[in-house]
Amino acid sequence: MAGVAVSTTINGDHVEYLCQPDETLLDVLRDRLGLTGAKEGCGTGDCGACSVIVDNRLVCSCLVLGAEAEGRQIETIEGMAHGDQLHPLQQKFLEHAALQCGICTPGFLIAAKDLLEKNPSPTEEEIRFGLAGNLCRCTGYDKIVRAVQDAANVMKGA
Amino acid sequence: MVQVTLWGSLSAAAGGKDKLDIEAKDIRELFRKLAEQHPAFEPLLDRGIAVAIDGTIYRDTWSKELPPGAEIFLLPRLAGG
Amino acid sequence: MNFDPRYSGRSFSSVGTRPLRPDGVDKVTGRARYGADFNMAGQLVGRVLRSPHAHAIIKKIDTSKAEKLAGVKAVITAKDLPDLTDGDAGMFDTLDNCMARKKALYDGHAVAAVAAIDARTARQALKLIEVDYEVLPHVTDVDEAMQHHAPLINDAIFTEGLEEKPVKPSNVSKRTQYGHGDVHQGFAQADFVVERSFKTEQTHQGYIEPHACVASVNPDGTADLWVCTQGHFVYRQHCAQLLGLEVSKLRVTSSEIGGGFGGKTHVWAEPVALALSRKAGRPVKLVMTRDEVFRASGPTSATSIDVKIGARKDGTITAAEATLRYTCGPYAGMWAEIGAMTAFACYKLENVKTVGYEVLVNRPKTAAYRAPSAPMAAFAVESAVDELAKEIGIDPVEFRIKNAAQEGTRASYGPVYGPIGIGPTLEAVKEHPHMRAPLAQNQGRGMACGFWFNFGGQTCTDLNIGMDGTVSLAVGTVDVGGSRASLSLVAAEELGIDYSQVKAIVADTSSLGYNDMTDGSRGTFSSSMATISAARNAIKVLRERAAQMWDISVDDVAWEKGHAVAKGEKHGNLGKLSLKEIAAQSGKTGGPIAGHSELVADGAGVSFATHICDVEVDPETGSTRVIRYTVVQDAGKAVHPTYVEGQYQGGAAQGIGWALNEEYIYGKDGRLQNPGFLDYRIPVCSDLPMIDTQILEIPNPNHPYGVRGVGETSIVPPLAAIANAVSNAVGVRMSHIPMSPPRILAALEAEREG
Repeated sequence: MAGVAVSTTINGDHVEYLCQPDETLLDVLRDRLGLTGAKEGCGTGDCGACSVIVDNRLVCSCLVLGAEAEGRQIETIEGMAHGDQLHPLQQKFLEHAALQCGICTPGFLIAAKDLLEKNPSPTEEEIRFGLAGNLCRCTGYDKIVRAVQDAANVMKGA
Repeated sequence: MVQVTLWGSLSAAAGGKDKLDIEAKDIRELFRKLAEQHPAFEPLLDRGIAVAIDGTIYRDTWSKELPPGAEIFLLPRLAGG
Repeated sequence: MNFDPRYSGRSFSSVGTRPLRPDGVDKVTGRARYGADFNMAGQLVGRVLRSPHAHAIIKKIDTSKAEKLAGVKAVITAKDLPDLTDGDAGMFDTLDNCMARKKALYDGHAVAAVAAIDARTARQALKLIEVDYEVLPHVTDVDEAMQHHAPLINDAIFTEGLEEKPVKPSNVSKRTQYGHGDVHQGFAQADFVVERSFKTEQTHQGYIEPHACVASVNPDGTADLWVCTQGHFVYRQHCAQLLGLEVSKLRVTSSEIGGGFGGKTHVWAEPVALALSRKAGRPVKLVMTRDEVFRASGPTSATSIDVKIGARKDGTITAAEATLRYTCGPYAGMWAEIGAMTAFACYKLENVKTVGYEVLVNRPKTAAYRAPSAPMAAFAVESAVDELAKEIGIDPVEFRIKNAAQEGTRASYGPVYGPIGIGPTLEAVKEHPHMRAPLAQNQGRGMACGFWFNFGGQTCTDLNIGMDGTVSLAVGTVDVGGSRASLSLVAAEELGIDYSQVKAIVADTSSLGYNDMTDGSRGTFSSSMATISAARNAIKVLRERAAQMWDISVDDVAWEKGHAVAKGEKHGNLGKLSLKEIAAQSGKTGGPIAGHSELVADGAGVSFATHICDVEVDPETGSTRVIRYTVVQDAGKAVHPTYVEGQYQGGAAQGIGWALNEEYIYGKDGRLQNPGFLDYRIPVCSDLPMIDTQILEIPNPNHPYGVRGVGETSIVPPLAAIANAVSNAVGVRMSHIPMSPPRILAALEAEREG
């Protein structure tokens, strides 16, 4: 099968790659570009571990084709911190111990960032439904919800 | 001489007996004599047996002494998550 | 070894604080490397062909077409994994489970595997492998498998543990019995007796990271394995044995692990990846899909349990009896036996008897899942205990307090307890504000207790002191939920330095002595014991070096709060030497300073918890929401309380999923109908409330800091606590887990029809 040439922007950087027409964006990020922060937990869009933002929209990168990234703006976990400055969500996830094994954490952070950008003052219920597309098996979500609440407060104050 | 109580699947290896009197000063000697007197224990000992001495469970510590009069239980080794 | 593990009742400056974890930044920035995040030069992609049949003879496998496909570098079957197990029945089962030999024993059983230059070629190659199956009748239900007419899974299995050796093979591999006293006599003394049967369905650990590894076998017999596992030393032993490799020539590195819960204590893909690499002569990366994870790895037992408990009018239990039947998958196991041991462990009983039956079925080989076997037994027993309290007319908490085991009680599984926490957790629950929170219509409250043994075992750590006075701690127990933070706290505590000066890592199998797995809640218990021992050994060296620097006798040097202190009036003017000052001179005083420890951590303290749960049941749909949840558990000593809370909350959430939603659903064809997260639905954020926790600290006398394991017990009470809450909400006793909406509606309907 002939490869598809794609020109796109990832975390603000211009990126070009060749991919197969049936290859997912997740596979391209992980296997071709070395961006392994997005994880494959299911490959069917049920777990959210591969969450990335494409043109301001939260998506499961396992459900997007690599070829569809042409001309888009893509944000991944690798672009969330600014230099050595962690994003407030990253900092609060650390402080609240909102991760145990950490495999779901990149997806949760991306989903939470998207949530707070669209709703800077979410209620607990809005946080719980906003993050319902991301599975965590370790924490019971308690500390994740608290970390997002705390980060929202910090970001509003900033 | 210590009295050893066998539990669960272990009593079958001693021909259905659930108590054995054995002359042993530590876990190593206990295991050796168990295997001598009841060969059916040998594969079980290879797989691993836990020894409870006065309520504290030991797994493979051969040198652990068996105090006279201590309550000694043999339990199968367990799997955990 | 002169290490004294006894509890000393000391005060703490680091232990019990809540610093950030050392691996945290890597995990919030996406840098942490998990099983599938590692690659080697020239690596191939491995894929596994799996049986679509629940039970079938493998008559012939033709791999010739797959081998001829361009880009395919190796195809393997059971022939490439010859039996080297030398009569070890357990290891033979593991081998057969990794790659079916004569029969496929469940839907998803591996029958062949390929290594190819890319995933697409590997998938195409699988389609070219021709397997000639002779499909056999199958059985997946635990009670059906015990019937005489049930399809026989293994004709070499005769039930062990019967008084007379059976003449016919059976699907029951073993019968075990625990208990003491005389239950017949006990029931004769009872004023009230509750007798009931229960069922629980099979669940999966549901770790978000699928099994993944990269294997590289060299022609000289050396090999490397990168893998997500709960125990890389155990994986090394098993893989070396199955592949015929020398143990020390196989180096296993544990990646960050994306959840295990017992499911990553067993090898599945790793021997296959090594065999593929050996045949292809190149590294092979093998990552399971989610479908494969559900169909072939994991699950816990499905169960069928009968319970009978009798009590006097005054609330004293006079006798307790249970018969427990647990599925093991198609291989012999000891899952019912663990259920039989744990079932009544919370109670002080004069007459108790439990009987376990290990049942073979055409389902994946049962694996450990967090306090394996205990939650189902607790569901049955704690449901019956609640019902009995109701019949007597006594408060369920008071009833349990009256009958709770205590120090000196003979456990239902044999030994006599030391100091334990069941009574204190019940007293804490009785006083907890949750018990007085108002309940609305269709809401109900339930509570239940749970027990887990906790393990110790072989453990080894290295503690090396850098010349700048920082400390690197190498441990051999995989960090599944923050143990590098807790072990750094322990090293800091013992050395008397700041947490920030310690950096803990998980060492690979070539860098450290053998360690048992992170299982049985042993990680922090065992490795903290070894860390304390290693630190004490390092302090001995530090004191010797300080003595050299001062030119005095080492007997005159003590270690206090991170400093060498000269003792005695003649040394009054010497001041103190910090660890950093001693380390800076180490090159001149005898070379690097280190402390090592190799030990068997014995004396793990048993663990108890009591949970409270409020639910709201919609009588129209049968749907249940958990609206309030509280966990009270004894930690012995919480080294890093935030991560202890995390274990409590996580176990409760897994239990909630098991109680309300999660189950393996098999079709009549024996195929798993729901091998994905869409149809096997684990709790999501919007399903749960905040989960409140209360940590009790009843010190374990066999650990210097009093630490007990904390990881598993929290999954034991939820099934029962939620069942009791639902039963109280709808007025019908729920006896089948999960209590999914159809089951609740059916129970309500049956009640209406009387």
